Amino acid sequence: MQNLSFGYSGNDPLLADMSLTLQPGSFHFLTGPSGAGKTTFLRLCYAELMPSAGQMTAFGQDVRTLSRDGIAALRRRVGVVHQDTQFLDHLPVAENIALPLLVSGEQIDMPALGELLAWVQLSGHARAMPPELSGGERQRAALARAVIMSPDLILADEPTGNLDWDMSMRLLQLLIELNRSGKAVLIATHDLNLIRAAKQQVQARVLRIAGKRLQLAGADL
Amino acid sequence: MKKADLKSLDLAALWRGLTRPDPAGTDRVVPPTGFTAQLTVFSAAAMAFLAVFALALALATGRLAERWSTELAQTVTVRISAPDDQIDEQTVTVMEALKTTPGIAEARLLPDDEVERLLEPWFGPDVPVEALPVPRLIEITEAADGFDAAALRLRLQGEAPGAVLDDHTRWRQPLVSAANRLRVLGLVSLLLIGAASGAMITLAAKAALAANGQVIRVLRLIGARDITIATAFVRRFTRRAAMGAAGGTALGMGAIWALPSMDQAGSFLTGLGFQGWGWLWPLLIPPVAAAIGFVATRWAALKMLREVR
Repeated sequence: MQNLSFGYSGNDPLLADMSLTLQPGSFHFLTGPSGAGKTTFLRLCYAELMPSAGQMTAFGQDVRTLSRDGIAALRRRVGVVHQDTQFLDHLPVAENIALPLLVSGEQIDMPALGELLAWVQLSGHARAMPPELSGGERQRAALARAVIMSPDLILADEPTGNLDWDMSMRLLQLLIELNRSGKAVLIATHDLNLIRAAKQQVQARVLRIAGKRLQLAGADL
Repeated sequence: MKKADLKSLDLAALWRGLTRPDPAGTDRVVPPTGFTAQLTVFSAAAMAFLAVFALALALATGRLAERWSTELAQTVTVRISAPDDQIDEQTVTVMEALKTTPGIAEARLLPDDEVERLLEPWFGPDVPVEALPVPRLIEITEAADGFDAAALRLRLQGEAPGAVLDDHTRWRQPLVSAANRLRVLGLVSLLLIGAASGAMITLAAKAALAANGQVIRVLRLIGARDITIATAFVRRFTRRAAMGAAGGTALGMGAIWALPSMDQAGSFLTGLGFQGWGWLWPLLIPPVAAAIGFVATRWAALKMLREVR
């Protein structure tokens, strides 16, 4: 993104003059106080919102010129772990995880799905319905769904917000593993302990939204 | 969002999605909605049932109008009222005139016993026709190309002043136009039934789409194309409309078939039905209902998707 600004209404932007490039294999944290615009920033990244000004390019394409099918194609290359996980409650966990494949018309590789469930330690919950899962299980299921299409970029919005420390570390390890396999990762969080734990294992840059602008905040940690 | 942004939902693309099998079970992404499902099936069945009757009415009144028009057009009479010393002479004159008039296939003087039968409902049996001043009646059968009634009327006026040509136009026209209007009413009813079906299915589809707003948002967020989401809804509602309409049509056809026969009821009631190949007409109702369901759900899906990025 280049000199990007966004506001929900009028002339008062929530985010202003932001510039950032996410390279393949990079690891970023996005911090900032509540209401600073972290979720909005992520929504801009997967084109749920369009910038009011500036340029937003994803995988070489100007997001503002994309058709609705183009946006759908972009989202298949971006795995998102939403804060509220966003499951379809009438489908079991395994089908929720495989949902991106199902709606893309791709064949579901059952052994690969089994491996993915084992990776997020949900093998025993494949047939469970989403409301039956705990907070940590839901977050891991959301991560599994985010990576099933083997996306180039993974966005996570407060993925450990409702989790205890052990579960947060388990989820972080999964994200680090994905990053080591070449995926770019961007995590929006206000948990500084999580950021410190991650920086011991990966080279992570920390960004902060303050005063509507994006700042590099690595030196503060 | 601009309308052009939803061009991937064009009818051809949607129809391809609809007719293609769904082995992956993509439709399952839309949760089953009991209330809207039952509403759609019931309203489609009820409307199809009514459509069968409206169709039967339109076809029956069409036949009736044609029959009245044909039967009455072929039967024309000449009535001769004259003093006793002139009536035989004028009758001969009229018969001669009719024989030489182009377009008349046959002219027949009704004998006394037939006139007696005609008068029987009013005067009872054994009416002495010869003792009453009953006019002579001549029945004319038109040839296929018909005759010039105005010219014949003028000729009779000159040659036989007591003769009156009655081609039944005065009372034939209102009957035929009444039957034609009934046919139009039947067709208008069919159109209204189609429109009401469309409105009901649209309402049910909109209710289902609104209830599944969060599902649609999630599907968009994970990369589902509009066509995939719309097809799941359209397929479901089209199928329900077709199934409901098939049931309603079968019931309607059964009810028409069970109407009393001509021997048991008046000729108009028995005419309300299908004859021969006409029984195939109602079979068009389920495909038409499916088409209405298809168009109505697509329209509702378009409106809903415009609100979801």
